Amino acid sequence: MSLDEPKIDLSPKVSDEIRKTTCYMCACRCGINVHMKDGKVAYIEGNRDHPVNRGVLCAKGSAGIMQVNAPSRLRAPMKRVGPRGSGEFEEISWDEALQIATDWLAPLRETAPEKLAFFTGRDQSQSFTSLWAQSYGTPNYAAHGGFCSVNMAAGGIYTMGGAFWEFGQPDWDHTKMFVLFGVAEDHDSNPIKIGIGQIKARGAKVVGVNPIRTGYNAVADDWYGITPGTDGLLILSLIHCLMKAGKVDLDYLAQFTNAACLVNEDPDSPENGLLLKDKDGKPQVIDRRTGKRAPWDGAGVEPDLSASYRYKGVTYRPVFHLMADKYLDEAYAPEAVAERTGISAGRIRQLAAEIAKVAFEEPVVLDREWTDFRGKTHKTMVGRPVSFHAMRGISAHSNGFQTARALHTLQILIGAVETPGGMRFKPPYPKPATAHPKPHCKVTPGKPLDGPHLGYPHGPADLCLTADGAPARIDKAFSWENPLSAHGLMHMVIANAHAGDPYKIDTLFLYMANMAWNSSMNTTGTMNMLTDKDESGEYVIPRIIYSDAYSSEMVAYADLILPDTTYLERHDCISLLDRPICEADAAADAIRWPVIEPDRDVRGFQSVLCELGAKLGLPAFINDDGSQKYADYADYITNHIRRPGIGPLSGWRMGDNGLQDGRGAPNEAQLDTYIKNGGFWLAHVPEEAAYYKPFNTAYQDWAVKLGFYDAPQPYIFQLYSEPMRRFQLAAMGHGDRQPPEHLRERILKAMEPLPIWYAPFEEGLVDTEAYPFHALTQRPMAMYHSWGSQNAWLRQLHGMNPLYIPTEIWKKRGFKPGDWAKVTSAHGEITVPAMEMQALNSKTAWTWNAIGKRQGAWALEGETSESSKGFLLNHLISELLPPRGDGMRWANSDPVTGQAAWFDLRVDINRADAPKASQPHHPPIKSPVPQAPKNLAWKTKS
Amino acid sequence: MTQLPQSTDRKLGLVIDLDTCVGCHACVISCKGWNTENYGAALSDTDAYGPDVSGTFLNRVHSYEVKPETGPAQLIHFPKSCLHCEDAPCVTVCPTGASYKRTADGIVLVNEDACIGCGLCAWACPYGARELDATAGVMKKCTLCIDRIYNENLPEEDQIPACVRTCPAGARHFGDFADPNSNVSKLTAERGGMDLMPEQGTRPTNKYLPPRPKDCSGEINTLAPLLEPVATDGKGFVGWLDKMLSALPGGNA
Amino acid sequence: MHPAKSVIIFTTLSGIGFGMLFFIGLGMIVPEGLMAFIWFAIAYLFSVGGLIASTFHLKHPERALRAFTQWKTSWLSREGVLSVVALLVMAAYGAGLVFLKTRWAYVGYVGAILSLLTVFATSMIYAQLKTVPRWRDFSTPLMFLGYAGAGGSLMTGQVDYALALLALTGLLQLLNWMRGDGALGKSGSDIGTATGLGTAAQVRAFEPPHTGTNYLLKEMVYVVGRKHAGRLRILSLLMGIGLPILLLLAPFGHMLAALAIVSHIVGVFASRWLFFAQAEHVVGLYYGKR
Repeated sequence: MSLDEPKIDLSPKVSDEIRKTTCYMCACRCGINVHMKDGKVAYIEGNRDHPVNRGVLCAKGSAGIMQVNAPSRLRAPMKRVGPRGSGEFEEISWDEALQIATDWLAPLRETAPEKLAFFTGRDQSQSFTSLWAQSYGTPNYAAHGGFCSVNMAAGGIYTMGGAFWEFGQPDWDHTKMFVLFGVAEDHDSNPIKIGIGQIKARGAKVVGVNPIRTGYNAVADDWYGITPGTDGLLILSLIHCLMKAGKVDLDYLAQFTNAACLVNEDPDSPENGLLLKDKDGKPQVIDRRTGKRAPWDGAGVEPDLSASYRYKGVTYRPVFHLMADKYLDEAYAPEAVAERTGISAGRIRQLAAEIAKVAFEEPVVLDREWTDFRGKTHKTMVGRPVSFHAMRGISAHSNGFQTARALHTLQILIGAVETPGGMRFKPPYPKPATAHPKPHCKVTPGKPLDGPHLGYPHGPADLCLTADGAPARIDKAFSWENPLSAHGLMHMVIANAHAGDPYKIDTLFLYMANMAWNSSMNTTGTMNMLTDKDESGEYVIPRIIYSDAYSSEMVAYADLILPDTTYLERHDCISLLDRPICEADAAADAIRWPVIEPDRDVRGFQSVLCELGAKLGLPAFINDDGSQKYADYADYITNHIRRPGIGPLSGWRMGDNGLQDGRGAPNEAQLDTYIKNGGFWLAHVPEEAAYYKPFNTAYQDWAVKLGFYDAPQPYIFQLYSEPMRRFQLAAMGHGDRQPPEHLRERILKAMEPLPIWYAPFEEGLVDTEAYPFHALTQRPMAMYHSWGSQNAWLRQLHGMNPLYIPTEIWKKRGFKPGDWAKVTSAHGEITVPAMEMQALNSKTAWTWNAIGKRQGAWALEGETSESSKGFLLNHLISELLPPRGDGMRWANSDPVTGQAAWFDLRVDINRADAPKASQPHHPPIKSPVPQAPKNLAWKTKS
Repeated sequence: MTQLPQSTDRKLGLVIDLDTCVGCHACVISCKGWNTENYGAALSDTDAYGPDVSGTFLNRVHSYEVKPETGPAQLIHFPKSCLHCEDAPCVTVCPTGASYKRTADGIVLVNEDACIGCGLCAWACPYGARELDATAGVMKKCTLCIDRIYNENLPEEDQIPACVRTCPAGARHFGDFADPNSNVSKLTAERGGMDLMPEQGTRPTNKYLPPRPKDCSGEINTLAPLLEPVATDGKGFVGWLDKMLSALPGGNA
Repeated sequence: MHPAKSVIIFTTLSGIGFGMLFFIGLGMIVPEGLMAFIWFAIAYLFSVGGLIASTFHLKHPERALRAFTQWKTSWLSREGVLSVVALLVMAAYGAGLVFLKTRWAYVGYVGAILSLLTVFATSMIYAQLKTVPRWRDFSTPLMFLGYAGAGGSLMTGQVDYALALLALTGLLQLLNWMRGDGALGKSGSDIGTATGLGTAAQVRAFEPPHTGTNYLLKEMVYVVGRKHAGRLRILSLLMGIGLPILLLLAPFGHMLAALAIVSHIVGVFASRWLFFAQAEHVVGLYYGKR
């Protein structure tokens, strides 16, 4: 019998139009199609043409609708009327808000501009905000990299002119083995998911090194549940095995690295440990053709990895010899590191053997000719198809910089950087550390700073110190405590400002940074620092201006709120000057544009800065006649010229004969063209320039054409780091600038020019019997730090976060399902819900980060699971390590870069009965936004 | 009609690859986003910003740990949505005929105009594929994006379920199981696609690809020759290096 | 399963109501005129009242008429059809007794059988579900029929039948509990078959797909504590079976009879509450709840 079925419309209308822009639910910058119905956002999906995500979109991106209609959105500028932390505000007009800001900042600029500390958090407009800060004249500016992953970035750039995340990617098309170190949902989000899916489908192997077996590590073919903080030791042991077996790419090392450069071995020389250079300052190698000295980049030179050299009574040995001495030492044998790393010697050897097999017995050889900077033409491109990715799991440790350098050394030893199947840089990288600016800190009241804030020091001379050798910056970046702190130390600003060390500030100006909650260590302490008053009854940090789009926990601690738009309501540029969306095969940049107009009195923060900058008379923001230079951010994006012919966006610039890419004059229609093109611009790397980018003349020429730099900048990888050695020499007593006594030993120990491993600092300063376990966080795939709880859909996925406890501890401490855990550290104590996990390093507990929220924030009503069961691990972590013998307290950071050492945390874990709410519990803050609706049944009417 | 068709012209369904799902919930939210806007009533959330939040979702991602005989525990991320069973118990129990299986392609759907919200079909489903929407009072479930797969307003490459289009890792595949040469049929054959709770007798259409064997490398044995030492210390290494370099021709490769 | 009040009231009351109609239809009592009206009113109060209670379980009761259409495949639809037909037939039989003081015996027999089948169909709504192994057992419909018969005989004053049926139903209840307690384990469904990832001993639920609750958890993963359930079982047997038997064995008195009825109804409510509350739905396996 025929079954009668209802008639369904199989081709219903999907939307009135599709507006293409860039997602901002995290920092991945996927391209999105925003489907509009009746002028409202109806549905969001990925843009198939976009180079980053090619049509896919993660949970966060798809939940964008619930972000742009979140009840937690701030509605108007606000002025604090109650005490700080109470959440009591009155809404004011923009005119009044800008007047207040001007009244605070204008006189400060004339007298002591360094007393403005301007730090930005989760944003990506650093090339703009840094310009503003530079123009204002304060040295105290940075973004969040110091508490995020500067170790990874700096470790890579100092070593090889590029790193992971937005600087580089695996060669997904050719790689045969992909090894992840310490990666959760860390950038590069969707491209990594796409890549892993693709390579697994074609039979490549995925290896996950991570104490926790979730996400990418769950689908890994092999899992190494390593002890936190010991990845560097594992890597050095792999290097030991490979060097000992001769499984290294000698050709590659000789030509493309400083392995053949010559190191001064005279212990009495002030240049001991530095490289031999000619009078032009060029590092020297021995040329195999002649047996004589030659500059590393001399035409046709063939660097000799094996030749020593004696000159003026000093013996020089190649870097490679020093590496052999160091890494063949049995201290790096698998047996010696097995216990510390928690990986058996057999498995370490197995991993080394597999790397060797894939690299040397399964090379990928492309029949492509290319010419290097010495003029030599190579007939083929030989790839060692082992690729790597690493992120916060190795970065967020006090030994993270050296660990990152160790990993890059491993990659370079097997010839797997910029060769087929290995790691590839994304334009505008590679750019060596020497091609980056140096940091600047010279303050002249009423005038701009003497150059860009952040940069890459090459020795003590480049540090940011005052005349008497004290740190010039409030976060003490680029000081002897953390010399190579390329991203600043945002996590130290509030503590240092509170302590007046190195000095007090007047105004703290923050953007999109939840410092009064999940972005700080010692959260309760930080909240107290923001509300502390001095003897005169004034706040220790007198003024706080904060810009955010949502009612976050930080809002309550500011005096003046400048409400930002959501990402569908604004212009943005994802710029080559900043943090672009390039791929290894294409330079690319992108925009955001207002797909909908804000329905409340908010303005894009960057547009506000354009106006404020003009009011303050900042040179970069006014015309010659003093009038406002940029009407808004869109105006800046279109018309700003950074260097001749270089603006924020590279696509469709105005040339003499029409539009051109890379360099050119402003084009009024540029933004419209981007919109028509799906919100992005692409320029493909020519095929002959695709690999060996630092050495490849075709690439160097193309990079100049596109304006990444003004002249070709070939270089070789710095296995041996001279900048590190210079700091050691200063610690040893050489040179005009030397560190204070109490830091000499630490600098000597930590700034070895060849990668080393040392135990995380916390381990040496706490009683590891009292705190025998490790505690970590991971970022979940469906939340982005503190964003997500205000999102009605996403918060159902992660409404609370248990502490995941490994089976061994679970059983030993007598846990039962439903139990809570009391976790203690040298700094603090928390009591939180607990859950057993088997697929976990047996000495490590962990949780998802930033799920815990404070009651009253994010427009959540009442005692939600976020505030009663969710929690932050931050309460256990201090920005200062426990006191040492001499009473001094170092920052809980990497001594080289200042990176916040979140994952060094040591704890004890015991069973607890369930309290009423997770501890510590903070009193609710008054919500500055109206009550949220009770129920949602989201459908645009059409 | 709640009689099951004897056979269907096509058997549309999904293949879920448990060896590739990284547990990102992209499929969960893209489904929520598409379906709240399109087929039938909106997918509501009650107490959306409060302590007792509960919402209707058609696809959810679980996770399981598996402790094998030897080797470390594994973790599998596990998406689950309607399996569009051939012998769908949710269809036959429905008293109003709202629940039905299409003869053309085997998709199991709810005719929301006829649903009285008795909930029996959800009781009949072993997989938890059906959720009664608290606000609309009708049963909601995966529609296999019936409003996308034939939709001429979409470009052809987008005429696939939203979850399949969005999955970043490519762990979801859509196709016709009645065609032995289709992507889903081939994947099922190659990787041993399995049914969930086969003893329930539902004959699910969706197939799950089991995780590939993990942690097989074990301790070194067959690859040991690769790590045969060429030296035991720096000096010996330099000696080896000299030998290697002098063996090379005047130019490098 | 979530013990929904409306469903518990529905099955308890309608079971008793149709049980009454069974005995009335068989001619165990043959009232006339006003008495007939009262008897039928009570029976209809229970059966129709129960049916109306069931509509409160629906989210769209205004569409309830559609529920009569799928009797070819759906036990719920069959139950609807059968109940209406049974009530119509018994209404005719009742009309004869009330208005015409005439007994149409064969109409009564048909009505009695239809009433029995209605109870049977009700029980099959639950017993058909493979997803709830506890319910999917021959003892389930027998137990429902037993309770309907016991309640019906109690209500219509059939002491001998009541004693026998109460005792039988008590045994059927125990059987249903015993078989039910081991049912999930014997069903062959466990977290291993649910996920296909290994044996039940190897697989363990880790993170749930959502940290809060949802329809599935609220509706189908209801957990009642073992001690609590044990107490309720005893209560249900005592009130539903034991006390009524004792009271029936005592010399007849209206108060005692009423007490027996009330006690029985309370007992059945408890039993029915447990029937739902202790029912393990296999979807709970996905949440690691078994």
